[in-house]
Amino acid sequence: MNKLLVPALLAALIVGCSSTPVDETSGAPVESRSGSGVTPVTAGGLDSRGLPRELTDPKSQLSQRSIYFDLDKYEVKAEYQDLVAAHAKYLIANRGFKVLIQGNTDERGSREYNLSLGQKRSDAVKRSLVLLGAKEDQVESVSLGEEKPKNPGHDEAAWAENRRADILYRAPDGRGEF
Amino acid sequence: MPQIFHKILFALSLLAAVTAQAQLSVEITGAGANRIPVAIANFAGDAAAAQVVTATVRADLERSGLFKLIDPAGATLDENAQVSFADWKGRGADALAAGSVTRGPDGRMQARFRLYDTQKQAALGGAVYVTGNDQLRAAGHRIADYIYEKLTGEKGVFSTRIAYVVKSGGQFRLQIADADGQGAVTALSSTEPIISPVWSPDGSKLAYVSFEKKKPVIYVHALASGQRQVVANFKGSNSAPAWSPDGRKLAVVLSKDGNSQIYSVNADGTGLQRLTQSAGIDTEPRYSPDGGSIYFTSDRGGSPQIYRMGANGGDAQRITFEGSYNVSPRPSPDGKSLAFISRRDGRFQLAVMDLASKQVQILTDSNKDESPSFAPNSRMILIATETGGRGVLSAVSSDGRIKQRLSIAAGDVREPAWGPFIQ
Repeated sequence: MNKLLVPALLAALIVGCSSTPVDETSGAPVESRSGSGVTPVTAGGLDSRGLPRELTDPKSQLSQRSIYFDLDKYEVKAEYQDLVAAHAKYLIANRGFKVLIQGNTDERGSREYNLSLGQKRSDAVKRSLVLLGAKEDQVESVSLGEEKPKNPGHDEAAWAENRRADILYRAPDGRGEF
Repeated sequence: MPQIFHKILFALSLLAAVTAQAQLSVEITGAGANRIPVAIANFAGDAAAAQVVTATVRADLERSGLFKLIDPAGATLDENAQVSFADWKGRGADALAAGSVTRGPDGRMQARFRLYDTQKQAALGGAVYVTGNDQLRAAGHRIADYIYEKLTGEKGVFSTRIAYVVKSGGQFRLQIADADGQGAVTALSSTEPIISPVWSPDGSKLAYVSFEKKKPVIYVHALASGQRQVVANFKGSNSAPAWSPDGRKLAVVLSKDGNSQIYSVNADGTGLQRLTQSAGIDTEPRYSPDGGSIYFTSDRGGSPQIYRMGANGGDAQRITFEGSYNVSPRPSPDGKSLAFISRRDGRFQLAVMDLASKQVQILTDSNKDESPSFAPNSRMILIATETGGRGVLSAVSSDGRIKQRLSIAAGDVREPAWGPFIQ
């Protein structure tokens, strides 16, 4: 009982003490609670990082940012052509926006060679975007090699998840994901 | 009051635990075939200081795998003591060191010693090293280097330092330690990865790749001042730095013009020059010790293999032919051999090629060897490998006979770089 009471009291205290008015202009929600029945929305259609919600809303195709590759390969597979085309279309319509493509590899082999392999993967995505109409200076491709695995495991499932290129966005005002 | 005292004690013990965890521990898993029997007498003088010095000398010689330490049976001898050669010969020692550690008039410690050949019944030489109180282990390393060189004819590497990266709890720490893993200090902490550290030839700086700007960027970091300079931050990835032997240039890998290609740049970031022009990946450049050529990894032939070209670029010759994955070339400082990582049956293992005969020897029996780095005397090769799912460092002699493992209790250790001889 005690254990439950203390945080509840603390929470009451914090709420009670809070007399500072909430600044509406900077009021981006920092977390979403499950089960609260409230979906936070910010005026202007921007998400918490200042990006248009169509880039991050899970219902939008543009919220899909990962392209997966086969072992030792760096060709963008047919199943990802639609996704890349959608991002190219967004970049054509929004010339002020920039993207950073981060290429990744699985953990096997030389770190530096993997850095170059990851670069080949991000370059392949960049080439597709530019071919489809994005401007060269809207797209930067870099590599994280094997250094930032999404899945920390050491099996084929983890490796497949880590052979990947991610698309990160930045708005014209500099806010965004990189 | 006693409560406060307890708190201090607790804080101190926590600190000790943290320090112990950060320390590399060394485990020897192999030794040379013909070890030289040598006795290190207990040094005379300041008992506590002498104990540190003699323990360091003994541990260094033992760890090298080239010496068999003969028990001095409690004998304390200073550098001027009369030596009974017959006794030491009788105990099996071919060589004997005796010495003392005393405080000089300026307050600094003086470690003196003399090395004897018990067969010839003669002194082989001696020296005195003056050092601060906290540098007693450094004096021990110097003495061990002296003994090593006199008895093997090669320069010792006990006084050198190593750099490596520790990953623990989402933190990356670039650390510098003595060659025996002791005295580790952190040169750089980051929440983003740090890879590919390389020592400048004078040992004062490290070049490395840091991801702190969300992409790989090359820095040169002066160790004494902590001052860092960006050497390459072009569009795309910047990686795989390698110092030219004169310390004036770095070979680097940039993707600014498309694929990963090799360039050279002055150590201050000026004077960029492209060295390779291939349609594939060119990476992991390393200058030959004479500065005349560059070894590198390229997939221009369809699989990653090792090539050599002139230091200013030009035609490249393929060096490795066995297997479909040979990477991370590291020419030995004596110019005689090339260490690299070779994939054999899905296992990544340390290999060494004799550059004259082109003979290749696999030196390890492990699965995940990476990032070889030669000791400055070319005798040992430090690699990153994996034991029980954890990253550890391993030092392997270039004939594969001697093996040591360096590990840290709480964390992955990777990306080793063995520093140059101290000047």
